[in-house]
Amino acid sequence: MNYREAITTITELLDDQLVVCANGLISRETFTIRDRLENFYMIGSMGMASSIGLGVALNKPSKKVIILEGDGNLLMNLGSLPMAGSLQPGNLLHIVLDNEVYASTGNQPTISNVVKLEEIAKSARYTNVKKVTTNEDLKREVVYALENDGLSFLLVKIADKEEQREIGRVTHNPEQIKERFMSATD
Amino acid sequence: MSKSEDFAQELIDSGYDFFTGVPCTIIGNLITTLTDRPDITYIPAVREDAAVGVASGAYMAGKIPVVLMQNSGLGQCLNTLTSLNLIYKLPCLLIVTWRGFEGKDAPEHLVMGRTCNKLLDTIGIPHHNFNHDNIKSLVNMSYKLVTENREPMVLFLKKGIIE
Repeated sequence: MNYREAITTITELLDDQLVVCANGLISRETFTIRDRLENFYMIGSMGMASSIGLGVALNKPSKKVIILEGDGNLLMNLGSLPMAGSLQPGNLLHIVLDNEVYASTGNQPTISNVVKLEEIAKSARYTNVKKVTTNEDLKREVVYALENDGLSFLLVKIADKEEQREIGRVTHNPEQIKERFMSATD
Repeated sequence: MSKSEDFAQELIDSGYDFFTGVPCTIIGNLITTLTDRPDITYIPAVREDAAVGVASGAYMAGKIPVVLMQNSGLGQCLNTLTSLNLIYKLPCLLIVTWRGFEGKDAPEHLVMGRTCNKLLDTIGIPHHNFNHDNIKSLVNMSYKLVTENREPMVLFLKKGIIE
């Protein structure tokens, strides 16, 4: 599974869930694969997807909120895991696409090849923690997390390298991204 | 000196309804007051940028947020302020304690103490200083500006103004 396949699988399962997409390729791929009003695309503020998603989830308990980020983003703001764990929002699904590299800047290594992010999430009091490596398992676990309450962490190991290709940038400007997302939170 | 309870009440009365941050001794009692109130939420953050991130999410979910921090924390959240709040127009009120004011503090506070206001001028975030007489007016003015301009704003709080 490469991350484009993973994002395709995840976004095909979405209905009205709010999604906070991390900066870099994850936002650009998600925008290209399935642009939705409910997607908040971060273009800067690396690391903040998990904190922004937590702030939305705490204040919109009636909506499922998904954080979609990579291992590099999570490692930059690891403190967001215990923050969420201490607060236990039951409507938060935290998905980490873990390819063990900073893919947006040319595949320099992170440290998630030797550090088990799912164990950190468990220690941080996430109640539903899963690690998947195949598309079938990814689909099953996303469906489960969307249908059930709880604080979920889904680590998606991305083993396959992406073929080199041109990927567009998000064409909405930052204020438009925000306005669209806020219109979808009502 | 004003009481932290009254200061918190001014914030709530003016319309702010979500609170997060990282402590400083100057706002220790204020954070305790906010934490103890059953009618509002104060989220303890692990770092100042995480606090600004959570506040930004809260704003998009309908809240008008306040972030509390020491001026040392401005350095921690600089990238979030410049590449999230300022460009998406995601507002919050930042109440920032001014350690190192006029060089009278421990060494670790002196550089930020003489530059924190200039730092905000440089990145384009408006800022004002609380004094003994302007708490109510500054808080009300900040709510108007934050919600109308949809940008972050800093109100500096020096030692000796609230207890």
